[in-house]
Amino acid sequence: MADITLDQIIKPENLVYTKTKLMTDKVLSYCPGCGHGTAHRITMEVIEELGLEEQTIGIAPVGCSVLAYEFMNIDMQQAAHGRAPAVATGIKRVWPDKIVFSYQGDGDLAAIGTNETIHACNRGENIVIIFINNGIYGMTGGQMAPTTLIGMKSSTSPFGRDAQRMGNPLKITELVAQLPGTYFVTRQAVHTPANVRKTKRAIKKAFENQRDGKPGVSFVEIVSNCNSGWKMTPRDANTWMEENMFPFYPLGDIKVDGKLV
Amino acid sequence: MSELKLMKGNEALAEAAIRAGADAYFGYPITPQSEVIEYLMAEKPHERTGMVVLQAESEIAAINMVYGAAGAGKKVMTSSSSPGISLKQEGISYIAGAELPCLYANVVRGGPGLGTIQPSQADYFQSTKGGGHGDYRQIVLAPASVQEMADFVKDGFELAFKYRIPVLILSDGVIGQMMEKVELFDPIPRLTDAEIYEKYPWATTGKKSGTERRIITSLDLDSHKMEEHNHKLQAKYKEITEKEVRYELIDCDDAEYIIVAYGSSARIAQKAVRLARAKGIKVGLFRLITLFPFPSVKMHEMCGKGIKGFLAVEMSSGQMVEDVRLAVNGCSKVAHFGRYGGIVHTPEEVLEALEQKIIGG
Amino acid sequence: MTEELIIAGFGGQGVLSMGKILAYSGIMQNQEVSWMPSYGPEMRGGTANVTVIVSDERISSPILTIFDSAIILNQQSMDKFEAGVRPGGTLLYDPNGITRHPKRKDINIYQVEAARLASEMGNTKIFNMVVLGAYLKIKPVVKMENVILGLKKSLPERYHKLIPLNEDAINAGLKNVVAVQELH
Ligand SMILES: Cc1ncc(C[n+]2csc(CCOP(=O)(O)OP(=O)(O)O)c2C)c(N)n1
Ligand code: SF4
Ligand SMILES: [Mg+2]
Repeated sequence: MADITLDQIIKPENLVYTKTKLMTDKVLSYCPGCGHGTAHRITMEVIEELGLEEQTIGIAPVGCSVLAYEFMNIDMQQAAHGRAPAVATGIKRVWPDKIVFSYQGDGDLAAIGTNETIHACNRGENIVIIFINNGIYGMTGGQMAPTTLIGMKSSTSPFGRDAQRMGNPLKITELVAQLPGTYFVTRQAVHTPANVRKTKRAIKKAFENQRDGKPGVSFVEIVSNCNSGWKMTPRDANTWMEENMFPFYPLGDIKVDGKLV
Repeated sequence: MSELKLMKGNEALAEAAIRAGADAYFGYPITPQSEVIEYLMAEKPHERTGMVVLQAESEIAAINMVYGAAGAGKKVMTSSSSPGISLKQEGISYIAGAELPCLYANVVRGGPGLGTIQPSQADYFQSTKGGGHGDYRQIVLAPASVQEMADFVKDGFELAFKYRIPVLILSDGVIGQMMEKVELFDPIPRLTDAEIYEKYPWATTGKKSGTERRIITSLDLDSHKMEEHNHKLQAKYKEITEKEVRYELIDCDDAEYIIVAYGSSARIAQKAVRLARAKGIKVGLFRLITLFPFPSVKMHEMCGKGIKGFLAVEMSSGQMVEDVRLAVNGCSKVAHFGRYGGIVHTPEEVLEALEQKIIGG
Repeated sequence: MTEELIIAGFGGQGVLSMGKILAYSGIMQNQEVSWMPSYGPEMRGGTANVTVIVSDERISSPILTIFDSAIILNQQSMDKFEAGVRPGGTLLYDPNGITRHPKRKDINIYQVEAARLASEMGNTKIFNMVVLGAYLKIKPVVKMENVILGLKKSLPERYHKLIPLNEDAINAGLKNVVAVQELH
């Protein structure tokens, strides 16, 4: 049998999948197995499928996804730590016809940026917030995040998070769902193909809401892994996430069309 | 007995805080100083001395926790790196205005903006010329070794309480991340509540009957009173300028040229001095230890004694050099050399700058 | 005596801890030491390096661009640091995974098959101690008894039972270092 070369395999007629043109060719800086990459891709796929790339402006946070602007092939701004919802507000208020979204980690969105998060949600800014909750500060080397579970070890909770000394994990998604300014609030995951499809549908709904001028923030939490910060193999991290994160952060819609479910 | 250890600068700072009898540390992670809070969390100071350690939700929260605890008479500190220190500036201005003692550390990284996490000295202006709003000063200590990272915690707290002023330990990624031998000072017990009541009659600890109540504030809507308060602050800064200047002179006795540097730049400059001396160039190192107060008097005196030129070496585009120029005040040549944006200059580059900008130029 | 050394390889090879043990050994014999790592997120899964200085005198700059010795444990580090070795200096490397061997003619070059030896000894974690042994054979900057004291100081108490294994690894390195090129 003749050898098949790589060139033959990737002939146009053999292609079964190509990445969206809204992802650049830059190699992702994320650890292998990290959920950030998948979340980036499906967000960009949605924007492409909805034909919104020419009117969308994204906001990158400070966190592992600080370089999101290197990977997402659309206009992007990089915000100071925690301030992405304020930056998004600034853009959306002066360009109401544009599509504006922020992409933020849990430290960024729910610790240093809680104020901006709550107030953008409470004002009902017509933006999309994509929130990657991995229960840790990945970027800075695995410190405790506001979302770190009780008993979970991190470099600043080396004996496990202790509620009395360090406070409780914050369910900011449930919290913003209570605010009149949120229109769609959901919690999803991207660790299995089925979850990826569901999350992509949720992200699509979020962007459609904004495109159609539905009043308020569409807020998509993605419970994700951080194998480096959790000090686990990618597989173990996903199992650990299912067994520990999902019971505390249950997946599913929390608020749809402005009504709590 | 003092203890000999191999530690990172950040760890030495944290250990020194426990040993200095600090009552509390409030912080937020940021590279290259996250080891401070990581070390404190791992050491369980609440068991060792009763010291409180809390990871705040932001640097803004952390500095305001410091304000509260300091106003209540406690020995309290925080630390961060450049972007986080910028966030703390409002709080530091309040602390200066309310005349509270506190210690904080900036392990500087390259900027502006999110910048880089590599070492820099570009926060000199922010540290010595205000940083926050209003006419205030703070004492700035610049450690050049892991040993000084530890020692300046003790000294810093003493100065902070002596003058009721914020004291800043200004270091950078080199000093924070490197490990060196350090001799740790003996632990100082934390003050008891009774001692705090007695020593700090200004602290809010609960109004006892028959005593005046105490208010911690930086507000005075009466401009005349505000000016008076400013006079009082300025008198304090003048006293500090007269009494608390610290520096180290290395190979300066027979020097014709002087390199002025602080922190990690001073370490590199010291090697440059050695290289220059090997070539027969008579150069010495004026290492700043306090950046505010600045050793202007000594520097001016030296240039009167025949120094032909001063080279200010710093990891910035030229900030400290302005204070050198003010001190020298035209009586000798002054030039600047420094790499920046996270690049650390080499001793060879410093020597070349000395030869070109001072000796040749 | 002043020895200015860089140790460079992948994160996870024990580069930083090898440097730390060497620095602690220096302290044990009353020398001045400094240990300056590369740091930051760019290290994630990538290269890691540390410069270590052991000296009888006060150490000035802890940052080095020229090295008396370089211990090189991956190809990227070979590409980056071979040129930085001082003429007449020393380069020690593990040939495992090296595709471009050092070419300098003006330095001493040694090899130690540390990865192979460590796996033959049944524990790949002692890789860095094999390398340390090889280095100390060429450059006996610290005494062996002080290395053991240094190990004790830098390892948490619960790992002290592993000290004999580490000693064996150091000895394996001492015995198996091979001179590729020696200047006379
Ligand atoms: C003002 C300020 N404080 C602190 C930091 C340091 N810092 C960078 S990323 C980060 C936390 C990121 O965690 P998260 O938002 O959960 O994102 P992840 O990396 O986990 O995706 C911190 C504290 C900073 N850059 N700026
Ligand atoms: S550190 Fe964690 S969040 Fe960051 S890229 Fe790695 S796995 Fe992802
Ligand atoms: Mg996170």
